[in-house]
Amino acid sequence: MRITVNVNGEDHTREVEPRHLLVRFLRDDLDLTGTHWGCDTSNCGTCVVLMDGEPVKSCTVLAVMAAGHEIRTVEGLAGTAGGDQLDPVQQGFIEEHGLQCGFCTPGMMLTGRALLDRNPDPSEQEIREAISGQLCRCTGYLNIVRSIQWAAKKQAESAAAATAAPTAAPAATLAGGQS
Amino acid sequence: MQVPASFDYQRAQSVDEALELLRRHGEEARVVAGGHSLLPMMKLRLAGPELLVDINELHELDYIEVVGDELRVGALTRHRALLESELVGRHFPIVHDAEKVIADPPVRNRGTIGGSLCQADPSEDLSAVCGALHARTVIRGAAGERIVPMADFHRGPYETAVGVGEMLVEVRIPVRPGAGSAYEKVERKAGDWAVAAAGVALTLREGRIADAGVGLAAVGAGALELPAVQDLLDGREPSEALYEEAGRLASEHCSPVTDSRGSAEYKRHLAGELTRRALRRAVARAGAAVEREA
Ligand SMILES: Cc1cc2nc3c(=O)[nH]c(=O)nc-3n(C[C@H](O)[C@H](O)[C@H](O)COP(=O)(O)OP(=O)(O)OC[C@H]3O[C@@H](n4cnc5c(N)ncnc54)[C@H](O)[C@@H]3O)c2cc1C
Ligand code: FES
Ligand code: FES
Repeated sequence: MRITVNVNGEDHTREVEPRHLLVRFLRDDLDLTGTHWGCDTSNCGTCVVLMDGEPVKSCTVLAVMAAGHEIRTVEGLAGTAGGDQLDPVQQGFIEEHGLQCGFCTPGMMLTGRALLDRNPDPSEQEIREAISGQLCRCTGYLNIVRSIQWAAKKQAESAAAATAAPTAAPAATLAGGQS
Repeated sequence: MQVPASFDYQRAQSVDEALELLRRHGEEARVVAGGHSLLPMMKLRLAGPELLVDINELHELDYIEVVGDELRVGALTRHRALLESELVGRHFPIVHDAEKVIADPPVRNRGTIGGSLCQADPSEDLSAVCGALHARTVIRGAAGERIVPMADFHRGPYETAVGVGEMLVEVRIPVRPGAGSAYEKVERKAGDWAVAAAGVALTLREGRIADAGVGLAAVGAGALELPAVQDLLDGREPSEALYEEAGRLASEHCSPVTDSRGSAEYKRHLAGELTRRALRRAVARAGAAVEREA
């Protein structure tokens, strides 16, 4: 079947078998190997990507089911604030040592992004709940929570700075529009 | 890597189109909703449909609304929507109790109420919830719609009242004054299937229990409604002695098996204890509803 999936803002058209899983489509057909693949049984959550803005386990979604939808992978995180700038969630994982081996990290960061998009000021409990479907074999959960908290704080500070300096706002909009 | 065997795929653009595809391809066709039960089964070769009819674009099956004295839930409503619905939480706290412990957020973003009921797995939490609530299912086919009470919906493990060329389109739950409900589940780890679980729904009328519904999950087939326990409760004044008796009856009227989640004996014990706990909470909530509505 011929399908078109929008991945990180760009349409990708490919010929696929209906049984092709979204995780394979992203990794093998589009070479986006940032999406990891672990248990294959919808249990570990390392394959999490955003589908229309919400986390889903891409080992349990068919590529054909994603046709016509918007997929966001870890490769699409940087640059949203303009230029190559890291997403605040990515920066948070650096600042707070949110990763050890890095296997769970892409899925964790995307879940963090989706959470902050809906709820810019989540409680610790809400963050824990949001990542509860994803395993970290290195058991770095505390630092993952702190990383997402760091991002929330950073975003709030940036937003406050933008309102405090009104001239900065149009510039930011322009940069966003061009990226 | 696990990959399903080959199959054809059609994305339905309307309920009628889905029904027509299901009719034309008969036993070989299967609906795919969230796919979070079906795709894992296909990977394991426990299911091998030749055609998948994808209903995910049928937004007309994705709604939660009160019509008259019923809550109507479209079959494609996702777990997450149920969990986030204030309307559902207000009328049926049992649904929120259960949804908080069904799988995890990414699974809840995909899984649907229709898929949960049609999977007809005795461990499926929403089946016990809908059993306790005396829900009715609306099944649509070429000839029109028919309504099947939850008690008759499951015909055995992985078998439902939905026939060839038909689909589940809606679940209806009665909204009653003075209602209270609760769900109690024991799981090995966050997001896991139940070791055992119990749901209770009832109303309080002049201090007595009415419309009692009790459903169990993960303790064998045929327990998503327990008429023996319901009959015991109806018309009685709530008391610890009554809960004790109801729990004992519930643990007798189920057929758990020993597996990696626990021994049959332990699950039977849980069936009784969780029924008692759910009863206590359901009665307390019904009491609060009576006061609120007075
Ligand atoms: C990791 C994991 C953990 C889970 N944990 C739990 C848990 O703790 N508790 C729990 O209750 N569930 C759990 N589930 C199951 C989850 O709730 C599924 O979403 C649900 O069982 C099926 O819903 P679905 O929409 O994905 O159905 P699908 O997989 O799409 O379909 C399931 C079956 O129903 C049929 N079907 C679907 N919709 C219709 C319809 N409208 N009409 C007719 N037939 C239809 C399909 O043909 C198929 O046979 C878990 C799943 C996973 C992957
Ligand atoms: S690979 Fe998808 S959940 Fe583990
Ligand atoms: S950092 Fe190693 S699995 Fe999470």
